[in-house]
Amino acid sequence: MSVALESGRADTKIIPILKERGQREVFCGLTGIIWLHRKIQDAFFLVVGSRTCAHLIQSAAGVMIFAEPRFATAIIDERDLAGLADANEELDRVVKRLLERRPDIKLLFLVGSCPSEVIKLDLSRAAQRLSAQFTPSVRVLNYSGSGIETTFTQGEDACLASLVPTLSSAPADAPTTLMIVGTLADVVEDQWTRLFNEMGVHNVSYFPPRRSTELPRIGPNTRYLLAQPFLADTARALEERGAQRLPAPFPLGVEGTTEWLRAAANMFGVSTDTFDAVTMPKRERALRALQRQRPQLEGKRIFFFPDSQLEIPIARFLSRELGMLLTEVGTPFLHKQHLAEEMAMMPAGVQISEGQHVENQIDRCRSAKPDLVVCGLGLANPLEAEGMTTKWAIELVFTPIQGYDQAADLAELFARPLSRHLRLVA
Amino acid sequence: MQLTLWTYEGPPHIGAMRIATAMHGLHYVLHAPQGDTYADLLFTMIERRDRRPPVTYTTFQARDLGNDTAELFKSAANDAYERFQPQAMLVGASCTAELIQDDPGGLAKALNLPIPVVPLELPAYQRKENWGASETFYQLVRALCTPHAPAPGTTRAPRANGKRPLCNLLGPTGLGFRHRDDIKEISNLLISMGIDINVVAPYGATPADVARLGEADFNVVLYPETAAQAASWLQRTFAQPFTKVIPIGVGATREFIAEVAALAGVDAAPQLNDPCSHSTWYAKSVDSTYLTGKRVFVFGDATHAVAAARIAAKEMGFNVVCIGTYSREFAREIREAAKLYDVEPLISDDYLEVEARIAELQPELVLGTQMERHIAKRLGIPCAVISAPVHVQDFPARYAPQMGFEGANVIFDTWVHPLMMGLEEHLLGMFREDFEFHDDAGSSHLSHLGAGRSKAKPQHERAISGEMAPNTPPIVGITQPIATADDGSTPAPTVTATARHADGIATGAATPTAANGPWVPVWDADAEKELGKIPFFVRGKARRNTERFAQERALAAITVETLYDAKAHFGR
Repeated sequence: MSVALESGRADTKIIPILKERGQREVFCGLTGIIWLHRKIQDAFFLVVGSRTCAHLIQSAAGVMIFAEPRFATAIIDERDLAGLADANEELDRVVKRLLERRPDIKLLFLVGSCPSEVIKLDLSRAAQRLSAQFTPSVRVLNYSGSGIETTFTQGEDACLASLVPTLSSAPADAPTTLMIVGTLADVVEDQWTRLFNEMGVHNVSYFPPRRSTELPRIGPNTRYLLAQPFLADTARALEERGAQRLPAPFPLGVEGTTEWLRAAANMFGVSTDTFDAVTMPKRERALRALQRQRPQLEGKRIFFFPDSQLEIPIARFLSRELGMLLTEVGTPFLHKQHLAEEMAMMPAGVQISEGQHVENQIDRCRSAKPDLVVCGLGLANPLEAEGMTTKWAIELVFTPIQGYDQAADLAELFARPLSRHLRLVA
Repeated sequence: MQLTLWTYEGPPHIGAMRIATAMHGLHYVLHAPQGDTYADLLFTMIERRDRRPPVTYTTFQARDLGNDTAELFKSAANDAYERFQPQAMLVGASCTAELIQDDPGGLAKALNLPIPVVPLELPAYQRKENWGASETFYQLVRALCTPHAPAPGTTRAPRANGKRPLCNLLGPTGLGFRHRDDIKEISNLLISMGIDINVVAPYGATPADVARLGEADFNVVLYPETAAQAASWLQRTFAQPFTKVIPIGVGATREFIAEVAALAGVDAAPQLNDPCSHSTWYAKSVDSTYLTGKRVFVFGDATHAVAAARIAAKEMGFNVVCIGTYSREFAREIREAAKLYDVEPLISDDYLEVEARIAELQPELVLGTQMERHIAKRLGIPCAVISAPVHVQDFPARYAPQMGFEGANVIFDTWVHPLMMGLEEHLLGMFREDFEFHDDAGSSHLSHLGAGRSKAKPQHERAISGEMAPNTPPIVGITQPIATADDGSTPAPTVTATARHADGIATGAATPTAANGPWVPVWDADAEKELGKIPFFVRGKARRNTERFAQERALAAITVETLYDAKAHFGR
């Protein structure tokens, strides 16, 4: 459980990054299935794993999704391990049963887990074999959401990276197009589509799309904006297909959203006048809404435990637009290139930590005595019982928080625990 | 490989966590990859525990696999000992660590920690949560009590004259269904009988307490799923007899009192009638007549399912149409109970199979777990929860035991409530033509089951305040949008977050009429109207029976007469 200090260069500031190893109080990448299956409405996610995997997804989702969900687990049992059953034949049988039940499924992901990785079950070959069998009605892909390889939101990264090779190629002379990358709420996408259209940018696609039959095309004239900060492998795969990333901060808060939109506007030759004319009313409206949250947040000290990799952009927003004071900002993984613009905007003196040693971090949190702690569900109530005020990190990935009209919603997520704390007197 | 949508039980190491988290001064070092820490939130969010489960996860990653995961385990165990200073330690592996075969038991032994270290072998690819809890408790009891065991063959010294009998309460764990309140209810009952309680374990016990188990005269086994194995060992080793009757329901509570009195050598007569026991009289009261013969479906862990079936049949006057469990280890108990009610037992942990059986039997009340609550809600059938797996709703703020006389009171209220709500909805529905009631008002109880807030307000008031479910009552056999997030009375915190994205998908699983070949039911307008006059909580069954009747006779259309022909044909 080593600790190393390293300096991350961000313009002129030098922000120290505390790198830690130890017990991690975070979900594995399988958890991403919970929002991915809602987004891609004709996709099914079949985890090939253990009872633990099934129990994890069910617990993270709550047992309350009443309908037959579009995810399931093929639970590996003793017979598979002992070689009494051919695991590949078993998998084929399970997939066949599944697809018979669900003729509406067009895209099936075989999702690798810790046990399937350790026993080296080759899901990519299985996906090829099953794809050949069920083509053209169903396409079968695979990725790993295992905890030994992925942390929480990295599961989405792995999923999207596995989809990239299936995108069809745009011809070399195709017009320049914009691709927004990362799972977003439909309402956010619709707002941005309207904004881009008002600026005169019409070739905008979203990846992942709402249906697997609507995958965008890709080629050397594709420019992409990351909407989420955790998409390292997806970005690499997109660039292998010739797409180019537009560097920008992430679209959280008014400032982040404006700079993110501006990166695209500049690329598409939108004039400053047009850009301002389109965005200014939205910026002003968002700022007015933010002002209502500011009194509750300004000057309050906040501590982030690592969770989704959204920590740094959100901390930047809370610090610059709402006047919160950052103590420690923990993140499971920090992608220096994708976060370069964010790091440049971070205030001096912030402690950033990457990875986790939860016991040491709890010690630091106790001694920092922050006004608000952002942490996972396993830590929230125990820390509340110690007298801290907490915000569940998981809500930040399930709630629409990107863009102008969600900036105040994002602020409100942090204001609510504080104002609740003031209301309760018993 | 088994295709699984939802599971009733977690893996066996979750069972071990339920033991460790219930106790104090015990720490569990679990060799496990990143992500397995999800289990902490079961305890901190569902049970709302105010401390972290006492579990250290080694959190190995792919890059560690080629190197030394064993070393990682040893340093994690050492650090956990230094930091938490437990009285005893459990060590074991989760499913992934089981595959890499690092032998946590051997590694921990090599550390020479100055406390008892209990190695757990919990085969994750064969066994499940309840078995893991039972095995963990047994191994812990064995390890901590063996040093105090009498030499084999020693007879137990008789209790000293004038000394009150002493017993242990065995079985309650973390994440148990009402364990917190059952402990209080049964402890008070035993104390009122003149019996002292030596140790309650694992709930609230320390390893030092567990080491004292042998001092008691006998053991009270509250939950055989967790404690039967340990109690058998204690009987063999310390000659401590243990109770077999589970005191859920008035009849069983009386039997339990008699059983305990015999073991303790005390007079049970004063306790057999509790002045605060209301459920028996309430069941006799004439307003309960409508409960007679209600067809109930019972499913849960074996202990609670067997008890619920007995109460249903003997104390409520219901008809048990099915009894089942997800726990194969206790299949025998369920099969024996099924014989009593002359029904086919259902032994399955396949959620879809349970759902299909409920849809087929069309009961009037489902007594099940949270999973059956979802099924029942989808099918429009009233439901009460009787067993784990637990949900945040199963940890009410108030005192709500299942065991003892007060438990029987709680159960009476809990089961009658959804039925009563159905009746009230019907009475309200009779006034639908009145000008002040909205004709499109639906049954609020189905979307707010358990909340009880719609009971007091008149219907029009609820409609105005926006509390009404917008749809008319669900009718089985018609595919309809499935409610997911509207169960908002006391949602699990994780659910609040998820619900926004999870609007659910209606699928063919619960639509038994959908796939019945070319015959399509055609209802006359008059017949459809007549059907509307039937109380909605039996309307689904009426529709189903009528359609089945019509289909068997290949009738082109269903008329009012068909409806009554079918009623006469299927009438109970």
